[in-house]
Amino acid sequence: MRGGRRARAMVALGGLVFAMAAAGCGGGGGVPAGWVRASWGDPQNPLEPANTNEVQGGKVLDMIFRGLKRYDPRTGAAVNMLAERIGTRDSQNFTITVKSGWTFSNGEKVTAKSFVDAWNYGALLDNKQKNASFFEYIDGYEKVHPAAGAASARTLAGLVVKDERTFTVRLRTKFSTWPDTLGYTAYAPLPRAFFDDHRAWLKKPVGNGPYTIDSYTRGSAMRLSRWDGYRGPDRAANKGVELRVYTDNNTAYTDLQAGNLDLVDDIPSTQLKNVTKDLDGRYINQPAGIIQTLDFPMYRAEWNRPGMEKVRKGLSMAINREQITTQIYRRTRTPATDWTSPVLGEKGGYRAGLCQDACTYDPGRARRLIEEGGGLPGGRVTISSNVDNGSHRLWMDAVCNSINNALGNDRSCTVNPIGTFADFRNQLSDERLDDMFRSGWQMDYPLIQNFLQPLYYTDASSNYGKFSDPAFDRLIDAANSRTSTAGAIAEFQEAETVLARQMPAIPLWYQNGSAGYSEKLSGVMLNPFSVPVYERITVK
Amino acid sequence: MPEPEQREVIGSGSGGAMSMASGEAESLKGGPLPGSADSGKARSLWSDAWHDLRRNPVFVVSALVIVFLVLIAVWPSLIASGNPLQCDLARAQDGPRPGHPFGFDAQGCDVYTRTVYGARASITVGVCATTGAALLGSVLGGLAGYYGGWWDGLLSRLADVFFGIPIILGGLVFLSVVTGASIWPVVGFIVLLGWPQIARIARSAVVTAKQHDYVQAARALGAGDARMLLRHIAPNAVAPVIVVATIALGTYIALEATLSFIGVGLRPPTVSWGIDISNASTLIRNSPHMLLWPAGALSLTVLAFIMLGDAVRDALDPKLR
Amino acid sequence: MSRYVARRLLQMIPVFIGSTFLIFFMVYALGDPVAALFGDKAPDPATAARIRQDLYLDQPLWKQYLHYMGQVFAGNFGTAFNGQPVTELMGSAFPVTLRLTIVAIVFEVVIGIALGVLSGLRRGRPVDTTVLLLTLVVVSVPTFVSGYVLQYLIGVKWRLASPSVSPEATFGELLLPGVVLALTSLAYVTRLTRTSLAENARADYLRTALAKGLPRHRIVLRHLLRNSLIPVVTFIGADIGALMGGAIVTERIFNIRGVGFQLYQGILRQNSPTVVGFVTILVIVFLLANLLVDLLYAVLDPRIRYA
Repeated sequence: MRGGRRARAMVALGGLVFAMAAAGCGGGGGVPAGWVRASWGDPQNPLEPANTNEVQGGKVLDMIFRGLKRYDPRTGAAVNMLAERIGTRDSQNFTITVKSGWTFSNGEKVTAKSFVDAWNYGALLDNKQKNASFFEYIDGYEKVHPAAGAASARTLAGLVVKDERTFTVRLRTKFSTWPDTLGYTAYAPLPRAFFDDHRAWLKKPVGNGPYTIDSYTRGSAMRLSRWDGYRGPDRAANKGVELRVYTDNNTAYTDLQAGNLDLVDDIPSTQLKNVTKDLDGRYINQPAGIIQTLDFPMYRAEWNRPGMEKVRKGLSMAINREQITTQIYRRTRTPATDWTSPVLGEKGGYRAGLCQDACTYDPGRARRLIEEGGGLPGGRVTISSNVDNGSHRLWMDAVCNSINNALGNDRSCTVNPIGTFADFRNQLSDERLDDMFRSGWQMDYPLIQNFLQPLYYTDASSNYGKFSDPAFDRLIDAANSRTSTAGAIAEFQEAETVLARQMPAIPLWYQNGSAGYSEKLSGVMLNPFSVPVYERITVK
Repeated sequence: MPEPEQREVIGSGSGGAMSMASGEAESLKGGPLPGSADSGKARSLWSDAWHDLRRNPVFVVSALVIVFLVLIAVWPSLIASGNPLQCDLARAQDGPRPGHPFGFDAQGCDVYTRTVYGARASITVGVCATTGAALLGSVLGGLAGYYGGWWDGLLSRLADVFFGIPIILGGLVFLSVVTGASIWPVVGFIVLLGWPQIARIARSAVVTAKQHDYVQAARALGAGDARMLLRHIAPNAVAPVIVVATIALGTYIALEATLSFIGVGLRPPTVSWGIDISNASTLIRNSPHMLLWPAGALSLTVLAFIMLGDAVRDALDPKLR
Repeated sequence: MSRYVARRLLQMIPVFIGSTFLIFFMVYALGDPVAALFGDKAPDPATAARIRQDLYLDQPLWKQYLHYMGQVFAGNFGTAFNGQPVTELMGSAFPVTLRLTIVAIVFEVVIGIALGVLSGLRRGRPVDTTVLLLTLVVVSVPTFVSGYVLQYLIGVKWRLASPSVSPEATFGELLLPGVVLALTSLAYVTRLTRTSLAENARADYLRTALAKGLPRHRIVLRHLLRNSLIPVVTFIGADIGALMGGAIVTERIFNIRGVGFQLYQGILRQNSPTVVGFVTILVIVFLLANLLVDLLYAVLDPRIRYA
């Protein structure tokens, strides 16, 4: 009898589960009419403006904050937003006037003090803000953020509040294009609530942008509704946005196809072949300020000795960029011919073809150059990259195959996938990588300086290959002290030709932003940072 | 039976009934003179098995398939003339065409050639990892079951800890410390991960086997530990291990694919079914052929080994005669 | 019986300490997590040093471990990389994964045993071969492949279910991922049931039952199946732990915010509080499941009694 009872219990349990299953069907959690459901990734840091250094957190900050300047979503030009006037006579002392009439969504006025307090908070070492280095140009930074030891000042000496709407900034050196960097989210103003009740603010950040946060469930979703009290020129055209966290962008894409999602802003490269058919043309693919390069470990003697520039150029010429961007990326990448990005525009310093022959596929010359330079160190080369996100494996294999085919040897290039980004980063900073490694750079602001100085200046913060060239450094210094933008750009480009001669990093391709959306939406576009311009989206 | 022994049965991991059944049969057959039939019985068990196997069509077919697979693993050029590393991106994801019956993968490599060449790494990983895990698991599990006591407790709890470690964490740590282009780190990792499962089964089989009358009798007659384990207990405990090991062989080859998927598995220039299956996984919609062939080859291999294992197990189980 | 259970529960203490240390060591071996927090940019050394100090990462391994364990015994499992307490993550993740595991186990038990009985009773016949082939295909296809395929077919092509799981993660939404998760174990359950059924079918007590003239279905259900279930139950017990922790790939594909998801995030970002906390709970679940299985033995096999 016991057996029979057990069997019945089992059946009952099974039935219960399936009944619950049936009841649960359709409970996906919808959004009200007029809302946008968009894909999102878990922000890696608490959502403080000076602590957010990646796209996912940046998306939210871009919706709830407006700074002194804002980069035009279409052209990338820095235009005044909260700034009424930013004046200077010497490119070192700036006077900033804030427009009147702006408030935070909790009613508090945005004043000069809102900016100065926020910047002082961001720069202070004790607050451990990951974007603290953005304030390093301001006088007094070394006191609030010393390289070692405790801070000897709480505020930046270079920042002074003059009256409710005016403050002055004194930089450590001349920096002619400094005002144009102010569109970066790290420079956003902060309300008193941020300082008074920090914990509560982090749970539900309050800003001065076109959206306000309704609810935030960490790790799964955030709801932002249109702020009706917003007085800026870029009011939201939709009623609100629900950001949903996805760990795998393939899933987000599948959800878009199934009608569970309205907007995916990163189409997985494996779906690119069928995306236009799947979405019936509701797909955008436009340039973004991201460049992918393969860097050489210039800290290794065998890569740095004279003559090796020929080998480095030869490797660059062995890569068939055209074919890889077509076959693997379906034109969501553009073969790179310089070290910046097309989103800068001709006026901003982008010059197509600056790299010349060295970035053009020519297997014959590639082989000759490598031989002239003394051959690959050890007869072979590896490409290292983390493979935990992005579809890096695909292009790594393709680049290696291209090099192997050009050199006529199956084993001259092999890939070295690394399991996690942290491991990759640690191997890089410990100088443990002996061969080429991936480097991706997403611009902080659309300035040519941002593509060159942090990456190739001697001992610059993101110069992982430890490239060093006195001529390059001199030209960058000269460009920074120029008062006219045009003159500065000419010198930056001059510096870039040094890279073309030395090839410390092989430009691979410019990365586009890509997005797909549902029939409900119109007016979808991406800004030069490959982030959707949410406030312009309209919902049917 | 004494209580502590009973408790060990209770505390045992897997496979209690399976081994109990074969043990039961053993005692039926060898009942009358368990001790004296010692060596003669063991020999006849194995030679009887071989006698049966040769006449079993399942065994013959699966053995032939395995011989074929091993042959192409050793000499892939026998049936494939191409070079698995020669890829032309211009043909990426193209379908079959004359001379390339299986089409091309995402890098424009010939799928047929890669499937043939992939046999070596995949079968080596599968067979070596299974053998390693089975040996390590049987020895440790067998000793734990035979001696019991603190050694048994330690081993069982150690196995629990190993079960708890997520594959991805273990893989990232182990395979980023022990790297290299060869397949041995991957084999080592799978053995490390797989032995507890086998150990559990071997342990409970041994615990059951050692309580049977003929084993008790052999001990009463003064047989040493080594003789007891090898002559009397091992033949009775081997069947459940074979069942699980043959299925495990397949999951291990597939596990290699999962390791490639998270970026710590085998890496080029090694060619393996796992690498190809992992590369194909997200492209199935446009190019199902990329998945079909390596996965099909994997299925065939697993099928052959499971059938072989089944036949061997049946032959070793006297009750089925 | 109670002494036996008490002994098994006591054994959990060393296992708990051993496994936390092992996992702690493994995360430590992955290297410095701070470098990855700064994205494309190189970490600012002063800020990085402060963060390391905050996370106790500037201390030797044994000190880090002792500090962590001290916190754990005070009920504080530390904070995840995004500043959320790990206990909060556990509170949201474990119920979801538990539901997923229940779906998977039910599927395994119902389908796996049914297929196993079917092929065990018809050994060598076409049904047996078909089941063998079916389970084989399933074994040789890794979870991430079956996951993507079923997600596309059922979620997009046929629109039978949502391809992803909402934060509420109801049983209905978890049906598909549960099936995907159960597929590999299904083969084991089927094969084990088949084997032990075939062996028990020749046992004396069955011959007795047949001789008594009992109806066939009664023999199969009451006598044969009951005695054949021990290895299956053992396997499923061991599988509970594996399913809960091993759902990393499945949870990623179906966007389920369960244990696997949090573990994956924790591992990628090398956040030891998250990883150690979750794995420790998993090990405990695993130990309890094993204990439960051992107790179930006595129910299934009356010959087994507790001391």
